[in-house]
Amino acid sequence: MKLSRIAALIERDMRKFFRSPALMMSSMIFPLVQLIVLGYAFGGKIKGAKIAVVDQDHSVLSRRVREMFDGVAAGPATFRVVDYDSEARAVDDLRAGFVRGVVMLPRDFSRRYYQHDRPRIAFSEDNTDQVMANSIVQTLQSMVTALNAPDVQPRLAGKVQLDVVEVYPYVEYAKYLLAGSTAMAIFIVAMIGGGITFIDDKSRGLHEGYLLTPIRKTELVMGLIGAGALKGLMAGMSIVVIGGMIVGIPGLWDPMRLLYLSLVTLVASIAMISLMFVAMVRVDDPLVPRAVFGVLNMLLFFPSGAISPIEGFPKWLRWMSVVDPFTYTVHALRNLTVKNTGIEGIYMDVLLLTGFSVAMIAASIALFKRQI
Amino acid sequence: MQAIEVDHLVKKFGDLVAVDDVSFNVAHGEIFGLLGPNGAGKTTLIRMMTTLTPPTSGTARIDGHDIRTDPDGVRHALGVIPQAFTSDPELTANENMLIHAKLYGVPPDSRQALIDTLLESVDLAKFRDALVRTFSGGMRRRLEIARGLVHSPRILFLDEPTTGLDPVSRTNVWEMIRTLRKQSELTILLTTHYMDEADKLCERIAIVDHGKLAALDSPSRLKDSIPGTEVVEAEFEGAPDDWMEQLKGLAHAEAVTKHDNVVHIASQNGPATVAALMDLSRERGVTVRRVTVQSTTLDDVFLHYTGSELRDTTHAATYDISHFYR
Repeated sequence: MKLSRIAALIERDMRKFFRSPALMMSSMIFPLVQLIVLGYAFGGKIKGAKIAVVDQDHSVLSRRVREMFDGVAAGPATFRVVDYDSEARAVDDLRAGFVRGVVMLPRDFSRRYYQHDRPRIAFSEDNTDQVMANSIVQTLQSMVTALNAPDVQPRLAGKVQLDVVEVYPYVEYAKYLLAGSTAMAIFIVAMIGGGITFIDDKSRGLHEGYLLTPIRKTELVMGLIGAGALKGLMAGMSIVVIGGMIVGIPGLWDPMRLLYLSLVTLVASIAMISLMFVAMVRVDDPLVPRAVFGVLNMLLFFPSGAISPIEGFPKWLRWMSVVDPFTYTVHALRNLTVKNTGIEGIYMDVLLLTGFSVAMIAASIALFKRQI
Repeated sequence: MQAIEVDHLVKKFGDLVAVDDVSFNVAHGEIFGLLGPNGAGKTTLIRMMTTLTPPTSGTARIDGHDIRTDPDGVRHALGVIPQAFTSDPELTANENMLIHAKLYGVPPDSRQALIDTLLESVDLAKFRDALVRTFSGGMRRRLEIARGLVHSPRILFLDEPTTGLDPVSRTNVWEMIRTLRKQSELTILLTTHYMDEADKLCERIAIVDHGKLAALDSPSRLKDSIPGTEVVEAEFEGAPDDWMEQLKGLAHAEAVTKHDNVVHIASQNGPATVAALMDLSRERGVTVRRVTVQSTTLDDVFLHYTGSELRDTTHAATYDISHFYR
């Protein structure tokens, strides 16, 4: 194997890459749009949800509860309160979508409270929107906990309490999504460089020109994968830096962090471009990579945990995530961008992606036909 | 040792025999032509000789390197200009040359000087930094010829070098091939379906049809090998059933064939045969719609050896399945 021939093929691809910004642009626009639109559309805190409160008790206690609602509206502003006289009308408005929930303080609420006879507050939720409903219930739950707290705290509490310590500052969803968007940019480069351009070159006869030279198939595959990996590295790091600045990743310019990010982006690029080669090495029809682009994107991106935790997936989808190189890319990139871990947070992902790449490159070389 | 030795090459694609037991030799410094219609098997033959396609049986030696056992040696010995354009349109002329020079391992110290000389020789020096996608077909073909010579091969294969080019570009390419041969003593093997191209350029011609070698000799000897020195071509109206038999009795007529209602009479004296033909037609009440006399051409040679005219078979052959990657 001659490195000079591999270098010649990489040089060819890089000259074309720098001459035409189309690949770079197309690989960056979609992930950046996804990061900005999806990142800020999903995962934000619920604010200003309209809640109907029906107070049938009209007691001091029910007024206290009502004031707690006002407190939430003025503070975290999870919801704002609209008073209703009739439970039936409030539920009608809930069904019609004018309010997001109905809180009902029944007629005997205060009597039961003072008699310690299971006092209840009813909450009717619009459970067609689980995100909204869960968020409101969580806030209501904390209000009820506060209501149940004794007026005078004992010096030594006998109840078990859970003390939650947040290791990292609050992470907005856009920051969480940055790893997925970066992996997406690498995938687009792999798809265009390793799939579409490769088959277009083949069908235009350009490959015949190279096959007539003494180049070996190992050199040809390594050259094409090497060029694709460099392009993936550039696109991936561009998204990390530009996206990182947009979503506000703190300490983004730490040299060691950038070095680790480059390492992960490079091995992820090699893994994805070599995967694409295995898929496309025997394909001749230029329409095929274009047709499978969306399907592959769906199969690789969504099971990877790029937009939601893998632990929430059904079993079969979890298995897909195990064999998906996106999973390890997203995991390592998220550790670096959100948690700012060192090598200890990425070495296993890097090793797995490297192993995956070696297997894919070997398969590409085995499947590549030097003759036509 | 000959420059090219083709030894009983056979290529089958399923039931289709694309190349059927072809053997020939090409001497060093010779310009050798493979003449035949599209789909005759010329490109498959070239692809086997250039190691792009494995033969089903038989072998070939290029400058002493066997295509089966020493494909690397073959690739180093050969410069190949395939039928389809293979230069990269998104690179400049110089970059295309440079990448190929590197793939062939041309030493860095002599690389650029060699590229400059080659671009100069194909009259593309002033376009060295222009993107190939801006080139005309003729310019691109000239670039590919220069690129095929970047590693200084001793043998050059040109597959349909002028197909799709305008007449001026064709003449330029012919001139370039002659000059190359004169300057560097290259052995050149070219395939073509243009009779005039084969006639003007090649010292020897192999006629290929349906994958088989129908004839092989110099253009003049091929022409001499068929009956007559001239051909009378005529079309008739109201000819009786025994008309072909009567034509065989015309003065100086040596052979009479009919193809698509056009009668070809091979003759040793064309004008005398035409005079006799006119007399006979008047006598038998047959209308002569058209008559021409011409010297024997390679078209006649092709017709004689294959039973069909080249122009008829060019669109009869519709596909070349070896294009598909297997």
